[in-house]
Amino acid sequence: MLVSLITNSVAMAIVFLFGCLGETITERVGNLNLGIPGIMCLGALGGVIGVDLTYIIFNNPGWFALMFDAIFFSALFACIGGAIYAFLTVSLQANQNVTGLVLTTFGVGLMKFIGTNLNSPNLSAASKIMKSLFNVGDKLGWFGRIFLNYGFLVYFAIILAIFASIFIKRTRIGLFLRAVGESPKTADAQGISITKYKYTFILIGSAIAGLGGMYYVMDYSGGTTFTDGPIEAFGWLAVALVIFSVWKPTMGILGAFCFGLLYILPMYININPIQLKFFDIFPYLTTVIVLIFTSIFGGKSIQPPGSLGVNYYREDR
Amino acid sequence: MTENVNREKAIELVNITKHFKGVYANKNINISLYKGEILAILGENGSGKTTLMNMLAGIYQPEEGEIYVNGNLASISSPNDSFNYGIGMVHQHYKLVDIFTAEENILLGFRKESKSEVIARVNDIVNKYGFKINLKKKIHNMSISEKQTIEIVKVLVRNVNILILDEPTAVLTPQETDVLFDVLRKMRNDGKSIIIITHKLNEVMAISDRVAILRKGEYITSFETAKTNERELTDYMVGKKVDLKLERLKILASPPVLEIRQLNIMKDDGTVAIENLDFFLRGGQILGVAGIAGCGQKEMCEALVGLRPYKGYITHNGKSIVGYSPEQIRNLGIYMSFIPEDRLGIGLAPSLSITDNMMLKDYKDNKGIFVDREKARAKAENLIERYNVVTPSTETPVKNLSGGNVQKILVGREIGLNPNVLITAYPVRGLDINSSYMIYDILNQEKAKNTAILFIGEDLDVLMTFCDKIMVLCHGKNMGVVHTKNTTKEEIGLMMTGSKDLSIELGKTYGIASDSLLSEEEWNVLMGKEVIDNGK
Repeated sequence: MLVSLITNSVAMAIVFLFGCLGETITERVGNLNLGIPGIMCLGALGGVIGVDLTYIIFNNPGWFALMFDAIFFSALFACIGGAIYAFLTVSLQANQNVTGLVLTTFGVGLMKFIGTNLNSPNLSAASKIMKSLFNVGDKLGWFGRIFLNYGFLVYFAIILAIFASIFIKRTRIGLFLRAVGESPKTADAQGISITKYKYTFILIGSAIAGLGGMYYVMDYSGGTTFTDGPIEAFGWLAVALVIFSVWKPTMGILGAFCFGLLYILPMYININPIQLKFFDIFPYLTTVIVLIFTSIFGGKSIQPPGSLGVNYYREDR
Repeated sequence: MTENVNREKAIELVNITKHFKGVYANKNINISLYKGEILAILGENGSGKTTLMNMLAGIYQPEEGEIYVNGNLASISSPNDSFNYGIGMVHQHYKLVDIFTAEENILLGFRKESKSEVIARVNDIVNKYGFKINLKKKIHNMSISEKQTIEIVKVLVRNVNILILDEPTAVLTPQETDVLFDVLRKMRNDGKSIIIITHKLNEVMAISDRVAILRKGEYITSFETAKTNERELTDYMVGKKVDLKLERLKILASPPVLEIRQLNIMKDDGTVAIENLDFFLRGGQILGVAGIAGCGQKEMCEALVGLRPYKGYITHNGKSIVGYSPEQIRNLGIYMSFIPEDRLGIGLAPSLSITDNMMLKDYKDNKGIFVDREKARAKAENLIERYNVVTPSTETPVKNLSGGNVQKILVGREIGLNPNVLITAYPVRGLDINSSYMIYDILNQEKAKNTAILFIGEDLDVLMTFCDKIMVLCHGKNMGVVHTKNTTKEEIGLMMTGSKDLSIELGKTYGIASDSLLSEEEWNVLMGKEVIDNGK
């Protein structure tokens, strides 16, 4: 039972990890994108459409075609959401919070609207193919089940998080990206293009977050729960997770697992529905506690990016 | 007026015009910078110096006019363009990422070069000009002059030939200023051309080869520094002959309005800010407070208006006000206009309009749940007219105004409420001569109305000529109260540094009024009655 608790938690955690990673990158460049839940919904929608198209083109698509199309279309749809957000907040200087919330409403609505008309019998079959990677099954005992029995997207998310961490911390572009998020006027005075950086990383962040929605539909839920999926709720948890992980992608891996565990745990404990509701509070509660702790004891390095939520306009006085 | 016809020009500005939301910041400006010279740009606050330089740095775009660099027409539409023309600017508010190290901040200017290459160049510059820097130190752990050094190095590393410094000495000590000036001279001798923005005349005389004067966004004239003097420059800068003499109104002071005894205040970090301080304020008298920055002045002001907890005894017209809330204190007519370093921090809401800021103080006078905007707007208009505030309208957000105008609004609003005690800290900080005198004038008018004024100042000359008495603080202790007519600057200087303590020297207790409204018995009752701590 412990093994299945862990594997299920990891599987769940990846939804949060994609969302959190996308939002972390966006916030690191100074933009608070509250549209992440909507973008994850768009990503889910894009993934499903991608899978459907693959079935239309190929009779019997293989793993690579399905995975590639799912990722491509999921990222594409999410990027459309991200582009709307970036255009409004970066080019038109609209309020970031308002824009994000509107985008969430839009994304969730669009997914439900199109999703109900998109009757796809191929999804669960596609999901089975996409989830297969090493196919070790029970051959290696608990080790194989805990570490080697997931779909490609699980490993992809973790590698992406580690890569993002190194990228942000160690590369020149990562340094520039942090400078834009901390103090855009400084970066601007040094000749770094604020608009270019903000657009680039808002779009990349959105694409990654979108994969979270796609992963949930195509991998975690086996292609079954599409239209009534709780993706929006996962999106908010992902936003909370960014705070929990103090804007560090590697901390995000750990945090995602904690959130995943807290989300899965009630299913393994014999409790009544009312007690279950209390369990739903835990991820948020831990986020609040982390916020309190970082505010009281945190040094300068674990604070949010300096210009988070504030638009930059060069000629502002 | 200059005779540099034959020298090559590094920069030529032709007919530069720029306005913000209808207010001209620069109008038809023509200025040239010759190669290998230090040009001072002199002007009052709001005369458009920084705006003009920001156009060279690529932060702003001129609406009209041309910029020539080394004789060629230049189009500077971003900071990168500016660097490509070899122009670098050290901004007044340093553009550094606080949580980065010095090295990371410097690297922000480089895309292709490797880190070791950049550091080698930094080391070259450091050795050449004798800077002292620690590349691994984070900016937020640095002192102001360290930050400035990083800022200058950061610009120089980008192969800059034309260096612009915006008020570089505003936050430096005299010693640090000397070091900076030495570096600037070295750079000039290296063939670099330098523009330095300032409104300090002595610095213009000390460092520049030529000086150009701006007034109200327009170019007035320029001089060879050696052929002019401070007096002449002042006249051109302010536009009319100003009388540099401050007036000390002679008014018969009334009995003490505010009496303070045994005041003890802590700083935020738990160290002592004010220790056993006694003093009193009389109506119609200005008590100046002299002291090195950070000697408890700020904490004292905050305590007096109820914003900071303290231990001690404060009476207003003979009645104890210990434990009163800020609102109750204000209702007694005790007002504070405190100008913090960033001007907007306390007192005004930056993104609200002038009208809204007027309402912040008197919304309680309105009946019902709605505010009376018309009344507030009338007040705002009145204030704008009375104090010559330069603003497009009463509905302009305060943050869009220049420093001097913000100050006038703040001081003007507090005075408009008819205080009987006015506490004012650094009211002329960062203001030019004309605006400063306007503020002194306002305070003198208040004095004439028999208001008791506590004036926390920086400039000893001003304190000496303007105040009736000066209380000197050193590390939160009262070093003595002197009548300005009986003292010298040297004496006050010694007291400020703690080398002279009049209360010990003369064995006298300062700050206890002989004609206190309360008898000593009453004070004893007040002070012995209970252990008083206003409990916040």
